[in-house]
Amino acid sequence: MAKITLSNLRHSYLPNPSGPADYALKEIDLDWRDGGAYALLGPSGCGKSTLLNIISGLLNPSEGRILFDDKDVTDLPPDQRNIAQVFQFPVIYDTMTVRQNLAFPLQNRGVNQSKIAERVAEIAAMLEVEEMLDTRAAHLSPDNKQKISMGRGLVRDDVNVVMFDEPLTVIDPHLKWKLRSKLKELHQRVKATMIYVTHDQTEALTFADQVVVMQEGEIVQIGTPVELFERPQHTFVGHFIGSPGMNILPATVENGAAMFHGNAVALEGNVTGSGGTTELGIRPEFIKLSDAGIPARVRKVSDVGRHAVVETIVGDIPVKAVVDSASVEQGEEVHLTFEPAQTRLYRDGWIATEVAQ
Amino acid sequence: MKTENQKAWFFVLPVLILVAFNALVPIMTVVNYSVQETFGNNVFFWQGLDWFEQILRSDRFHAALGRQFLFTFLILIIEIPLGIIVALSMPRKGFWVPVCLVTMALPMLIPWNVVGSMWNIFTLPNIGLLGYFMNDVLGINYDMTQQPLSAWITIIVMDVWHWTSLVVLLSYAGLVSIPDAYYQAAKIDGASPWKVFRYIQLPKMKTVLTIAILLRFMDSFNIYTEPFVLTGGGPGNSTTLLSIDLVKIALGQFDLGPAAAMSLIYFAITLLVSWLFYTLMTKDDAK
Amino acid sequence: MRKRSLIPILYIAFLLLPIYWLVAMSFKTTGEILSGFSLFPQTFTLQNYIVIFTDPTWYWGYINSILYVSLNTVISVTVALPAAYAFSRYRFLGDKQLFFWLLTNRMAPAAVFALPFFQLYSSVGLFDTHLAVALAHCLFNIPLAVWILEGFMGGVPKELDETAYVDGYSFPRFFVTIFLPTIKAGVGVAAFFCFMFSWVELLLAKTLTAVEAKPIAATMTKTASSAGYELGLLAAAGTLTIIPGAIVIYFVRNYIAKGFALGRV
Repeated sequence: MAKITLSNLRHSYLPNPSGPADYALKEIDLDWRDGGAYALLGPSGCGKSTLLNIISGLLNPSEGRILFDDKDVTDLPPDQRNIAQVFQFPVIYDTMTVRQNLAFPLQNRGVNQSKIAERVAEIAAMLEVEEMLDTRAAHLSPDNKQKISMGRGLVRDDVNVVMFDEPLTVIDPHLKWKLRSKLKELHQRVKATMIYVTHDQTEALTFADQVVVMQEGEIVQIGTPVELFERPQHTFVGHFIGSPGMNILPATVENGAAMFHGNAVALEGNVTGSGGTTELGIRPEFIKLSDAGIPARVRKVSDVGRHAVVETIVGDIPVKAVVDSASVEQGEEVHLTFEPAQTRLYRDGWIATEVAQ
Repeated sequence: MKTENQKAWFFVLPVLILVAFNALVPIMTVVNYSVQETFGNNVFFWQGLDWFEQILRSDRFHAALGRQFLFTFLILIIEIPLGIIVALSMPRKGFWVPVCLVTMALPMLIPWNVVGSMWNIFTLPNIGLLGYFMNDVLGINYDMTQQPLSAWITIIVMDVWHWTSLVVLLSYAGLVSIPDAYYQAAKIDGASPWKVFRYIQLPKMKTVLTIAILLRFMDSFNIYTEPFVLTGGGPGNSTTLLSIDLVKIALGQFDLGPAAAMSLIYFAITLLVSWLFYTLMTKDDAK
Repeated sequence: MRKRSLIPILYIAFLLLPIYWLVAMSFKTTGEILSGFSLFPQTFTLQNYIVIFTDPTWYWGYINSILYVSLNTVISVTVALPAAYAFSRYRFLGDKQLFFWLLTNRMAPAAVFALPFFQLYSSVGLFDTHLAVALAHCLFNIPLAVWILEGFMGGVPKELDETAYVDGYSFPRFFVTIFLPTIKAGVGVAAFFCFMFSWVELLLAKTLTAVEAKPIAATMTKTASSAGYELGLLAAAGTLTIIPGAIVIYFVRNYIAKGFALGRV
């Protein structure tokens, strides 16, 4: 178990990167607290797997250092970093039994037999795979295979960090939540630092204490699930997290007040900075349909169970609202009101309002 | 899952007709010859299983069969490991992959008698590249028309030259199908290169290796043209493999009955050994 | 990394050495070949090639070989396609036995079949035709083509077929316009192997022909024995037999690499 520090990390797959566009990872500075449960969230190609492979040592960064408990490990190979990684597709050794699979990492490190037997039994109990210990691993179902590959990581009691690279991709939907809660439980028991890479916001938000959102090789926000939902630092986070995502609306700023489609809109706090492209961000959950406010026309209403999503257009700009019950119909003229404390201004994508007092 | 459909037979029919035409009629002819004796003029006498008995008891057949097994054994024990080693050390991606594949496949695309002629030219003492090198540079007395050992080494090296690439290509196909994650997991688990080979690469290559071993067995056991062109079975009878002997009997001496009986025994041995290989190598999967 | 690439380099050098020698020989005069060892042709000559390209018995050998090999490749792949489809999609009475029986035909020593083949094709009046050789080579090429194609087709999900039927495609139209393009790498690999095995086989081809369809390889053996020791000519003829194979493999090189990765081969 260890604290992990990434310092000035940059990586490019090209031999001679010239501009920022050549970098798969742009300037990462990050501390992962010892024993924390982290999620690394972002769309495909945002650099999250690159970052993961750099931490595990499968990739050498172009620039920057990686420290485990303040000890520089940048030049150490994966097997000397004491890390564990669970891959997207379950990696198991087909010709071995489950027991041999679990014992493999310990045997390679020359641990004595009685210690191995003890650890394997312990991990098997934790994963609830005791009754299949002597079956050939090749014959297991995907979720059990994934459990075994997790087990191979957890069997070593000296692991600094366990990393998961979209581990639920090939698992049947009805087993996903089971494995996910197993993961959560494991984290509480072994208290190892865990990093969970995914593009699925539900997985990230349910697993992690801290979510790191990445886009195009950059970290856009680090925070608890609630922080990410309520106060996205960047329009990307607002858009990416939540279902439906945050409304991002073109806006202008006149004398410190925001104007959207000819209407003045109250913000959470004072506007900071100047210039650039400005946009309003408000989550559909904080928009109300009322008699007064910004005029809009309902384009579509979809009932999604406990609430309904109303898609409206203001001029030609689509705005979504989430309401408890669908009391409007398609084509109806309505008025929208934005909850001021949840309405934020973004300048060139980044938040540009002060926190409400 | 496959669906039951007897109409599928219609799809198989053209294949069945063509292969049966080529396989059944000739094999019936062979069976027919094998139980008869002829003194020419298309007059045949019933002979029963005498030819079979005679062949199975003949020293000549035993010697040829022994040489054949020795040849096939040496071929397999050299070509399979060599093919795996070359495949393991080949690049996995990039410009050199097609270059390697194309040049390696080249020997397999040369007509078999040309392969024989080519190695003949290559090994001629004093004027062939290999012959010159062995005799005039290294000072080793090497002449495959005179020495059985030289002849044996030459046909073995020729076959290794000709067919190892098949093992390379098949093993390579097995290797490139292994996802990167396996290698990464092995690195993290601290596995040595030997363990990576033993527990990841070898199991993943098993299917293609079964095919490679089977093909190499069948083809080396039936080999005829290349050694015939190169050594003609000589010097003496030292490189007279089974099929060379068979053709000597059938076409050289025109002893159709014994030749036919020998063909059937030959075919039966090939079938039996292939089947044994196949069941042995696929045994684990059935469990 | 550098050390590892030494093995393929040495192996390829080993493969190319005899080929180099054949090519070098083909540019030497007979006098130079017999007079002693020389690594490069001392008096470079094209005479051997000129003989081949001006003598019809020589160049017709090439044309004959290419004709029956192409014919065989087309026949083998065409009939193997529906059969492979049946094996990969349906269960039917005797399917496993049939598949195994097909494979056993690869195990029959060609030497066994030489004489009966001669009699068979003589009796049906096909002796000394390109079709005879093309049909005879089906014996070992069809099983191989079925085997390879079945592997590739097994990798195509059945849903593709079902979707096409739902969309109202008839079977032949589905097979030609949708299925074939999907497995074209497999067709390429199968055609390549058929071409290869038909091109390199000589025993049956020689047995089944006399004049009209005589393959180049047979012309070579005759020259080797009758015209004395014309090594240069033999080497030139041999060199020319490598070219068609090299061209074919150059065209299918990407299919081969991809085919190996996709199919179960």
